[in-house]
Amino acid sequence: MTEINIVKDAVKKHGRKRESLMPVLQEIVKQENYLSEERLMEIAKEFDLSSAEVYGVATFYSFLPVKPMGENVIKVCQTIVCDMKGKEAVLDAIKDKLNIVPGQTSADGKFSLMAVNCIGQCSNAPAMLVNDKPYINLTYENVVKIIDEYQS
Amino acid sequence: MPEMVNLKINDISVSVEAGSTILDAAKKANIKIPTLCHHEDLCIAGNCRVCVVEQKGVNALKASCATPAEENMEIFTNTNKVREARKTIIGLLLSEHNNDCLHCYKNGNCELQSMAKDYLVDSDKYISILKNYEIDRSSPSIIKDDSKCIRCQRCVRTCAELQDVNALAVSGKGSEMKISTFMEKPMDYVVCTNCGQCVTHCPTGALVEKNYIDEVWDVLNDPSKHVVVQTAPAVRVGLGEAVGLDAGKSYTGKMVTALKMLGFDAVFDTNFSADLTILEEGTELLTRLKDKIENKKDVALPQFTSCSPGWIKYIEHEFPDILDYLSTCKSPQQMLGPLAKTYYAKSMGIDPKDMVVVSIMPCTAKKFEANRPEMYSSGYKDVDYVITTREFGRMIQQAGIDFETLKDSECDSILGKHTGAGVIFGATGGVMEAALRTAYEIITGREVPFSNLEVTPVRGLEGVKEATIKIEGCKAEWKFLENVELKVAVAHGLSNARPLAAQVQNGESPYHFIEIMACPGGCIAGGGQPMPVNNNIRKKRTEAIYNEDESLQLRKSHENPEVKRIYEDFLEKPLGHKSHELLHTTYTKRKKY
Ligand code: SF4
Ligand code: SF4
Ligand code: SF4
Ligand code: FES
Ligand code: FES
Repeated sequence: MTEINIVKDAVKKHGRKRESLMPVLQEIVKQENYLSEERLMEIAKEFDLSSAEVYGVATFYSFLPVKPMGENVIKVCQTIVCDMKGKEAVLDAIKDKLNIVPGQTSADGKFSLMAVNCIGQCSNAPAMLVNDKPYINLTYENVVKIIDEYQS
Repeated sequence: MPEMVNLKINDISVSVEAGSTILDAAKKANIKIPTLCHHEDLCIAGNCRVCVVEQKGVNALKASCATPAEENMEIFTNTNKVREARKTIIGLLLSEHNNDCLHCYKNGNCELQSMAKDYLVDSDKYISILKNYEIDRSSPSIIKDDSKCIRCQRCVRTCAELQDVNALAVSGKGSEMKISTFMEKPMDYVVCTNCGQCVTHCPTGALVEKNYIDEVWDVLNDPSKHVVVQTAPAVRVGLGEAVGLDAGKSYTGKMVTALKMLGFDAVFDTNFSADLTILEEGTELLTRLKDKIENKKDVALPQFTSCSPGWIKYIEHEFPDILDYLSTCKSPQQMLGPLAKTYYAKSMGIDPKDMVVVSIMPCTAKKFEANRPEMYSSGYKDVDYVITTREFGRMIQQAGIDFETLKDSECDSILGKHTGAGVIFGATGGVMEAALRTAYEIITGREVPFSNLEVTPVRGLEGVKEATIKIEGCKAEWKFLENVELKVAVAHGLSNARPLAAQVQNGESPYHFIEIMACPGGCIAGGGQPMPVNNNIRKKRTEAIYNEDESLQLRKSHENPEVKRIYEDFLEKPLGHKSHELLHTTYTKRKKY
């Protein structure tokens, strides 16, 4: 079964010590864009941890989603600088374009929206990531444009 | 001599061993500091901060449970600053709490409630930000209500440190943080032993036992039902606390009187079936030894005890490949159930369909056990309802019984007599000790070689205990055991059971017989016993158990007259055909992740 191998491969690459858990979780998200129930259980087995523990670790990080994500993942920074400099306008633009709020995926499965903590772009706030590509100094208008690009 | 540290708390000088916390020092000085996340069974978490104190010359308050005592420290536990901080913390906790004390199962026995009472938090200082949570009632043993949770993580640490199950984890962070099972699945679905240790360690009503009090009242009030009751060994040493008395006394006689007053038609004793267990399980062990040593057969040894349903579910999940090593004996509760609905029913001319068996147990896992599909060997559900010592205490209170003033009475025949060996089943090491008292005598015709029958190496609160007993002077039929050194081990708390089970799994176990009880201390501190629980209380309840054993005339299971009688009249012999049908069971492999 090729499916099981994705976890096994990640473990081969990163090791099965406790400190390798994060890289393995990240690896799976990179490949499948979220951590499914099955994957979490396979990982628990590889690391000899309870599946609840692995779930607890994953849910601590907004970059390790445990729900399926859309084709494109938008991560809007919700931390204080971006919050003060216009995060709401960013979210409004996304809501108007895609009809989703943080935690949701658009009906066509093309976009998921997450609110995440500081992504290190405070000096160019507000900021967001689309598929891990940073977009800075956002306004309502340029967010609309960015989404248009991904839609075309 | 350990190194000592000298400090002052509220101007009282106190000296404590190096490494002690300020909280330890305060306890020694008889100064009470409120705590929530702290529990002496568990590692320090330091997350709730209600235990803050002020140190002279230091601006920031310190969490006393998480701060080591230092030489010359001057600590104040009751300044305005400290009180205000505690009030703020409690107020914030209440702002995200479902403050529904009047309908709460923990009303009157809740650490958060009693703190709120002491500190008089202004009710409209903080607006409520309580979220909508669904109550998880899926488990037959435990109810989880996140709206009552203060996220102290005592349950998480209990399940990890004491039980090594890790069924509960902290998920999310910040305002989203909560206590979760895997993928928020219902408790009934996940890898959980139903041991209830998380319940006895939860300071609030977020984790409580599923109670069946109303169901039991209903059958007691139904004249068409013949309702019999059994009480586990540990109930009598916990019941006092459940009705407001001090720990450390056994109340067998008063307990029986109370049960009769509640309206049970017959009062039996799980101690009786504990004695019976010894004969079945002892014979099973001797048979396995014989097959191995004399007949050179490949048999599963060591034999694990099987009277703790938390342990059973644990091994089914965690070590599904070694289930053959478990004794096939049902727990004493599940032995008494079918005997009541067959042997007793017949002797009374009662149709078992009109009979209800209620168990009073120190245990929440027994609620699950009674619902297992294997437990219908009488043709009916063998045990209909299982209630904990705590629920029993509540029924006594609802009935307005003044427990302390009750006279003693005795259990009913023909499932009520017990020996000291049955009583000590309630404490860690007790099953082993009872088994050795009987097995040694069967093999040699002499009493077990310990003064006053006290097999002291298997007693006490050490996590894993071992003993080696050399068998000498065997009777003819047990000659193959001559000079055999019988090696036994005892573990309580599932984290202590794990290494013993792992040894067996790896084929490296040096033992012949291993007793496991899921709860630290054994059933005396089971998930259904009164709260609070700590080692001091465990010791008191254990002492009460051994005192009761010592006070009894008969202290060996094989001397129990009603056990002898049931073999003569009904079961014929241990491991006989009827025993197999009614008293033995099978186990199920379960998922580990
Ligand atoms: S958990 Fe405690 S404080 Fe909360 S409602 Fe129940 S009794 Fe009251
Ligand atoms: S369930 Fe109980 S023990 Fe667990 S975190 Fe909540 S309040 Fe604490
Ligand atoms: S009942 Fe026992 S195994 Fe289950 S969550 Fe509670 S402590 Fe863990
Ligand atoms: S606060 Fe938004 S990037 Fe740092
Ligand atoms: S009791 Fe000290 S921080 Fe919770």
